[in-house]
Amino acid sequence: MKRTWIVIPMYNEGTVVGDVVRSLQPTFGHVVCVDDGSSDDSAAIAAAAGAVVVSHPINLGQGAALQTGIEYALQDPELGCIVTFDADGQHRVVDARDMANRVLADEADIVLGSRFLDDRTQLSRMKRLVLKTAAFQSKLSTGLDLTDAHNGLRAFNPYVARNIKLTQNRMAHASELVNRLADLKPRYLEHPVEIIYTDYSKAKGQSLLNAVNILVELFMGQR
Amino acid sequence: MKILIQVILILSVIIISLALMRGGSNARHLAIRRLLLGFFAIVAALSIFFPNLLTKVAGWFGIGRGTDLVLYGVVVMLLVFIATTYQRYRAMEISVTKLARRIAIDETPKPWEVEGR
Repeated sequence: MKRTWIVIPMYNEGTVVGDVVRSLQPTFGHVVCVDDGSSDDSAAIAAAAGAVVVSHPINLGQGAALQTGIEYALQDPELGCIVTFDADGQHRVVDARDMANRVLADEADIVLGSRFLDDRTQLSRMKRLVLKTAAFQSKLSTGLDLTDAHNGLRAFNPYVARNIKLTQNRMAHASELVNRLADLKPRYLEHPVEIIYTDYSKAKGQSLLNAVNILVELFMGQR
Repeated sequence: MKILIQVILILSVIIISLALMRGGSNARHLAIRRLLLGFFAIVAALSIFFPNLLTKVAGWFGIGRGTDLVLYGVVVMLLVFIATTYQRYRAMEISVTKLARRIAIDETPKPWEVEGR
């Protein structure tokens, strides 16, 4: 039986990461949380909840944390699938399970979550516009027809995991990942997912101002 | 005439920046930096001995004063400096990331090794 690893990058998410790990446990036995130099007790809470915790000695950024989690999971000889999952509880475990199953069934090399394939996710008009613009720009520059490139829920097999190699440590990693996929040309699928906007994820997650950063990085050639 | 010098300056900025951004070997970058520095030193020394020289050279390019030529030169040097510094910053960031990642992964227990036994 091939193993599926959940990779959760976290930075000062102590108040929520415990619940997220516990909600994943019944479905996924292997959860690795990458603690990106948190100043709170995220690492201890995640470990107590049953996750493997890889701790960055210094804060490097979310992209670096994702890459670390991927490299950790790649050491497992029985690795079948890696699922990236956000620490703030905005993703649903059932979506992650369905996506992992599609990868394990070899339907595609990578399955990308998209909140725009059905109308479950409630979005503000402005946020929808920003995400749509980002998706349109990434389609123009890479030729990949992705509806939601900035969705943190993704499932992929070891072949994609070995070849992603993220080097953009900060927010630009989502665009970098799409660019890597454009070069790699894996078999990819989009899977409808629901994003749960809790008060916590709204307060903590990407504000609209951060969308400015994403757009600038995109149009400046993500450098 | 002014547009000509602007075009030349912009082209030189782009070419030098591209050359330095290409990655290349560090020895090559070092050599380019030393050449630029040597050129700068010679020009600086000459302009001290012949104060009107810069204005004369500026005249060839259709620039009014020698100080303007110096200003343009400074702009080019600044852009080159920014480009090289950015490259070195990126290279360092990547090294630090790899080092931190190695430490983090090495310190973490590997459950599959236990399960396998």
